[in-house]
Amino acid sequence: MALLGRTANGLFWMFRYIERAENTARLLDAGQRIALTNLSSEPDEWQSVLVSAGVEAAYAAKHRDYDPDTVVDFMLCDRDNPSSVRASLETARTNGRMVRTALSRELWEAVNESWLTIQRRLAAPVTARELPAVIDLVKRQGALIRGTFQTTMLRNEIFDFCNLGAFIERADNTARILDVKYWLLLPEHSQVGSALDNFQWRSILRSVSAHRSYAWEYDGEYRAVNIIDFLMLNRRMPRSLAYCYTVIEESLKYLNRNYEVRHPCFETATQINQRLSDASIRQTIDGGLHEFIEVFIRDNNRLAQEIGQNYRFYPTA
Amino acid sequence: MKSFDEMLIPEGDVRDPYARFYEWFREQDADALGEKAGEAEAFFRRTGITFNVYGQEEAAERLIPFDLVPRIMAKAEWDNLAEGIEQRVTALNAFLDDLYHDQEIIKAGIVPERLIVGNEAFLEEMRGFRPPGGVYTHIIGTDIVRCAENEFYVLEDNARTPSGVSYMIENRETMMQMFPELFAQNRVRPVETYPHHLRRSLAAVAPPACDGTPTIAVLTPGIYNSAFFEHAFLADQMGVELIEGSDVAEIDGRIQMRTTEGYKPIDVIYRRVDDAYLDPKVFNADSVLGIPGIMEVYKNGGITIANAPGTGISDDKAIYSYMPEIVEFYTGTKAKLQNVPTWRCAEDDSLKYVLEHLEELVVKEVHGSGGYGMLVGPTSTREERGSSPRS
Repeated sequence: MALLGRTANGLFWMFRYIERAENTARLLDAGQRIALTNLSSEPDEWQSVLVSAGVEAAYAAKHRDYDPDTVVDFMLCDRDNPSSVRASLETARTNGRMVRTALSRELWEAVNESWLTIQRRLAAPVTARELPAVIDLVKRQGALIRGTFQTTMLRNEIFDFCNLGAFIERADNTARILDVKYWLLLPEHSQVGSALDNFQWRSILRSVSAHRSYAWEYDGEYRAVNIIDFLMLNRRMPRSLAYCYTVIEESLKYLNRNYEVRHPCFETATQINQRLSDASIRQTIDGGLHEFIEVFIRDNNRLAQEIGQNYRFYPTA
Repeated sequence: MKSFDEMLIPEGDVRDPYARFYEWFREQDADALGEKAGEAEAFFRRTGITFNVYGQEEAAERLIPFDLVPRIMAKAEWDNLAEGIEQRVTALNAFLDDLYHDQEIIKAGIVPERLIVGNEAFLEEMRGFRPPGGVYTHIIGTDIVRCAENEFYVLEDNARTPSGVSYMIENRETMMQMFPELFAQNRVRPVETYPHHLRRSLAAVAPPACDGTPTIAVLTPGIYNSAFFEHAFLADQMGVELIEGSDVAEIDGRIQMRTTEGYKPIDVIYRRVDDAYLDPKVFNADSVLGIPGIMEVYKNGGITIANAPGTGISDDKAIYSYMPEIVEFYTGTKAKLQNVPTWRCAEDDSLKYVLEHLEELVVKEVHGSGGYGMLVGPTSTREERGSSPRS
């Protein structure tokens, strides 16, 4: 059976928003931990959560200061914030409903049920005390959806478009976290390679659910080079840029084979992936981490657009 | 009309088809049944078996009411009913073919011309055109009520874009999961073959332009339509595409859908979009739900539209009152299914009667459908009756 361009688009965005809901929850988790320690001399920790999520402008349009409760509410519940947990899940579910004939019954139900459950949970304002439980709920629902996806979906182009959405979103998220926190990792703030007060660093790893796996991969000390390497270039780390691009390139390769055609988006993806393979961590830092990330985020967006064009997500006028 | 209890006879006995069910039913604990009903609702909610009600912001998606007491029909009753429906559907199809060609029934003085000519549901575009296979009404939703033992009345012949079949199939599925013992004790005819039959019916009317296995698609107005669940359900169960107007375009004399690999022609379209929105080039020019140019492609044999455009002329509430005569005219036999007594408000005496008996009657707009545009007298308030149209 042929796959409609609109359906491919719906699958792609459904998975981007499922991924985003969870990323938002994880950012809040990291923000909350830093706030709770009172160690933070940075009053703008909550602001950096908003910047990482790319919604600072939307927030500033509604609120003046970075009061924790307001930020948490904005990130969890606010429908005006397209990246809030509630809005993300709503968008994911609306897309899922539109493309439900392409989903396994189990996957559709997992998405629908997650939306129902979390929407109900967010109906009343979430207090600081309830926040950890809510974040946990969002993460568990995400795991349910992904698990159902992995175990019930046919490995065809539908699967590939879902993966493309999930991993392009995830790469974007990891890159943004790096970009917001890069000042913490740069030489003027620390001697690259030296062991440091590790609290902030651990919070970065926590925001990508990787504070334990980091210890397995490196020597246990928090070093800037290692953390940057881990989040950017380590292909065993499931949220690193390099890992995301392993999956993205693979998914596009499956599509090439399936449709027997190679589109420009495939070339774009291999170029980005190659750049990640060629990069050495020292060179990247010396050449400017911020600049590298900026280019990456731009290219990642460009790839998403090309995928949409090449696989006819939208009608062309 | 008196109310009719389908399960129990007034003296306290049980009707035969319900005997085993009733025995089971009496053994059940009321609380446990209540719990089961709750489970069923949760299941419907989780599966997204919902429908939308227009004009109600609150609870945009509503559940189909689920009745734990099934409606049981004995085989003999069902066979009678099926025969009656077949007769009626055959007549409706012949009626449509006649209206769009020679109009013998008007010439014979059975149906007045004023009900057809000038009726917005009568499409001039369809005059002289015969759809593939001569089929106009591929899908009809005949609304039936039972008023006594073996006495069925037709309430409406929905010949446009009827909906509801998916809820019936899902209801059955749920009953089977919750009360398997009922199905072990009773011989129940399966209903889940419906999508299979529908697919075959649609494939059987492929247009002249089709070569090979017909490509079939369900056209939906989108996720905000009241019956979107059903559109998705049927497309899924038939294994065909679910498309929206924005997915297709007229290319090289065919209607083609935009796939990830480019445009591919569709042969048969089961549309769940009303006539008025079907083709902005011909009908409502503002429609974004339809497919520009589909009527021309249709008339050139490039696609089959199910149901055919213009079937609405056969099921409006004024035509309904002539159905017994229409059935007899085309089938040569008396109608097996009866109409509910109907007063035509265009006739002065009838109108007078209706206005005097509003509390006992159901009043429908000639062009209303889907439960919109009607007044149910017995459950209405004085205000509602006061505001119902009098001309």
